[in-house]
Amino acid sequence: MDFSFTEEQTLLRNTVQRFVQDNYELEARQKIVNSEEGFSRDYWQQLAELGLFMAPFSEELGGMGGSQIETMIIMEEFGRGLVVEPYVPTVVLAGGLLREAGSQAQKDELLPSIIGGETIFAVAYAEPQGRYNLADITTRAEKDGSDFRLNGHKAVVLGAPWANKLIISARTSGGQRDDSGITLFIVDKNTDGVSSRDYPTIDGSRASEIILENVKVSGDAVIGEVDDGLPLLSKIFDEGIAAICAEASGAMRVLNDTTIEYCKTRKQFGMPIGKFQVLQHRMVDMFMECEQSVSMTYMVNLKLDESDVEREKAASAAKVQIGKSGKFIGQNAVQLHGGMGMTDELNVGHYFKRLTMIDTQFGNVDHHLKRYAALDA
Amino acid sequence: MDLNFAPEDVAFREQVRTFIAENYPEHLRGKNRRAGLEKDDFLAWHRILHKQGWVAPSWPKEYGGTGWTVTQKYIWGEECATAEVLPVLPFGVNMLGPVIYTFASEDQKKHYLPRILSGEDWWCQGYSEPGSGSDLASLRTKAVRDGDHYIVNGSKTWTTLAQHADWIFCLVKTNTEVKAQEGISFLLMDIKTPGITVRPIITMDGSHEVNEVFLEDVKVPVENLVGEENKGWTYAKFLLGHERSGIAGVAGSKRQVEKLKTIAGSERSGTGTLMEDTDFARKVAELEVDLLALEFTELRTLASESAGKGPGPEASLLKVKGTEVQQRLTDMTLEAVGYYGFPFVNGPNVEGSNIFPVGPDYATQAGPTYFNHRKASIYGGSNEIQRNIMAKMVLGL
Ligand SMILES: Cc1cc2nc3c(=O)[nH]c(=O)nc-3n(C[C@H](O)[C@H](O)[C@H](O)COP(=O)(O)OP(=O)(O)OC[C@H]3O[C@@H](n4cnc5c(N)ncnc54)[C@H](O)[C@@H]3O)c2cc1C
Repeated sequence: MDFSFTEEQTLLRNTVQRFVQDNYELEARQKIVNSEEGFSRDYWQQLAELGLFMAPFSEELGGMGGSQIETMIIMEEFGRGLVVEPYVPTVVLAGGLLREAGSQAQKDELLPSIIGGETIFAVAYAEPQGRYNLADITTRAEKDGSDFRLNGHKAVVLGAPWANKLIISARTSGGQRDDSGITLFIVDKNTDGVSSRDYPTIDGSRASEIILENVKVSGDAVIGEVDDGLPLLSKIFDEGIAAICAEASGAMRVLNDTTIEYCKTRKQFGMPIGKFQVLQHRMVDMFMECEQSVSMTYMVNLKLDESDVEREKAASAAKVQIGKSGKFIGQNAVQLHGGMGMTDELNVGHYFKRLTMIDTQFGNVDHHLKRYAALDA
Repeated sequence: MDLNFAPEDVAFREQVRTFIAENYPEHLRGKNRRAGLEKDDFLAWHRILHKQGWVAPSWPKEYGGTGWTVTQKYIWGEECATAEVLPVLPFGVNMLGPVIYTFASEDQKKHYLPRILSGEDWWCQGYSEPGSGSDLASLRTKAVRDGDHYIVNGSKTWTTLAQHADWIFCLVKTNTEVKAQEGISFLLMDIKTPGITVRPIITMDGSHEVNEVFLEDVKVPVENLVGEENKGWTYAKFLLGHERSGIAGVAGSKRQVEKLKTIAGSERSGTGTLMEDTDFARKVAELEVDLLALEFTELRTLASESAGKGPGPEASLLKVKGTEVQQRLTDMTLEAVGYYGFPFVNGPNVEGSNIFPVGPDYATQAGPTYFNHRKASIYGGSNEIQRNIMAKMVLGL
């Protein structure tokens, strides 16, 4: 049993930490978030040059031979800075799908351009009717010679306004909620028939509704096997969960530190409000929630390579913990800051909003409790 | 004990319900305070009620109240919430009005009360300061007497809707030599007086609801003092304890529960709707049970008020439980809309527009409303402070 980090991992953390500290003060972040594009291509390039995008890939894939732990470290630090650049969709999800099931040609073409920061991906899995069920898919991909024709509506595709490539889950056979019959396609965003409505999200990121009208996609663009995309998507989803759990842990730590500091300095009734025992207990509860979340984050990141059932249970368990703790910590950080906590000016509200979205992203507490119970039965 | 309303109360309910249905402005139906309202939108209903004589049900009849019984006032509140009318803003009618008719001079009553009723003066509440929130008595804004005027210096903050206000009522320090509570006065200021600057504070949901108000050498005529100098704390406390009907927000929450159920009934979850999902339905039921308990606690307080008992620290119970329910409702509404809680798009989808809609209309405000409602456990005496009050005043600890 060993929970320590290697020297390289510590170095990686320091690198990310420095980048975030130097570039991601709240004011700088808000400038990026409120800019027309909503993220910084310049930072994206810098992150690539720092080697962050190669961190989780094996050496034979052009990476640094890292693992999920590298992703976890990066995401914790991104969480501390509320970094909006699309690391999760591009590196964790798209990179993961390619690593796991990409053809040699796909890997050769796309992984280097992910690692180099040239290609940005968004993964379009959700649909308006589907809630958190990855198999609830009405987007259809009809065979057309060696090509496919895609038609449908993908909902709330995170990072899509920034992406030049999409990965789209579509139905090649079966009924609306069947597990089999789902296929994953790589689609250029500027392909004829792809249109989008872009919008900001409540946590300062961007997303799109993606409409597919007779979009022609070559058979080479399929990731993995036709009709068999769900297990793949599900596995990479769990990796996404592990990544945003780490992000949430980073965000929770900042909120707790900020709140403790505030309660030490804010005076009411002639003393720092941190002297009031109810508030002390509240902050101790926040601290305990954060520690449990960090533990669950380690747990899930260590279990991603286990059997499907073990991995799925780990991911759901961690997501439940993070959802509950994130809400508790976010709400109370605002509460303990009083009116100040409500403002857009302080960082507190921004962390609270990001944690709120993380609670829903990749499925909320109820969804993952159900999934866990079903796996446990 | 009797759960039924008397026949005359049932008739009253019918009367006010019809009145609302027939008179509430069409263009404001279904809108709430987050809908980007103009000043005139806030005042439209106020003016209609004024014409009807119903703008201030809580006031004594001689000053322009309705003369309704406690039960009738309760019914009125319920009907307004059920119809989702924009509530009459509380600052003039519920906060300042009672202080004026209880403590002010005859001249002040004659001048200010009719203007509150007509909506001619929009009031805002200048209590909190950057350094004084929960510990309000520590406030530092100073008013120094100079002939016929006070010269006021300091700053107020979190002042709700001051951007629209004509007047501000402030607590100011007129004596710094004595115990904090004994040197506070209650002063009225025309917000256009030179030296007053209102600056917006944007909250995390992106809205402009609160403001900073800076006071720099503001000359306020002595006749704008309410009651006696240095007695302001008494008036402020009177005001805080005065308006408790509706503090629990039961009727509004009931309406929100219905809306939540409608949303959950149209959201898909697996092969059914979210409302058919037992986990979700159970949480809705829990909320309803808590709301029912709150409703009966409120009715009990109401009954003792009708029996002539003055308002007491039980108001704290209604505030804490009421705001907790309101906050859970916004939380569950956000949960209900799933991924469509993510988009931060201003306002509902526009019908007939060629912009592709982002999720259902009911989802567009779920996130901002949830964030905005965190305020409910902070303002009006935070829920921690309310618990302190109950510990001391009710439990005697
Ligand atoms: C949206 C909004 C609208 C508002 N509108 C107005 C308005 O129109 N006019 C106006 O005058 N004010 C207004 N307020 C201000 C409001 O009344 C104050 O925010 C409130 O009194 C809390 O004060 P504070 O923000 O300074 O927090 P603080 O008093 O600094 O409190 C910070 C935290 O410490 C806790 N705390 C403080 N003392 C104790 C204690 N003794 N024991 C335990 N816990 C304690 C509080 O509960 C809170 O969680 C508004 C506030 C908001 C958020």
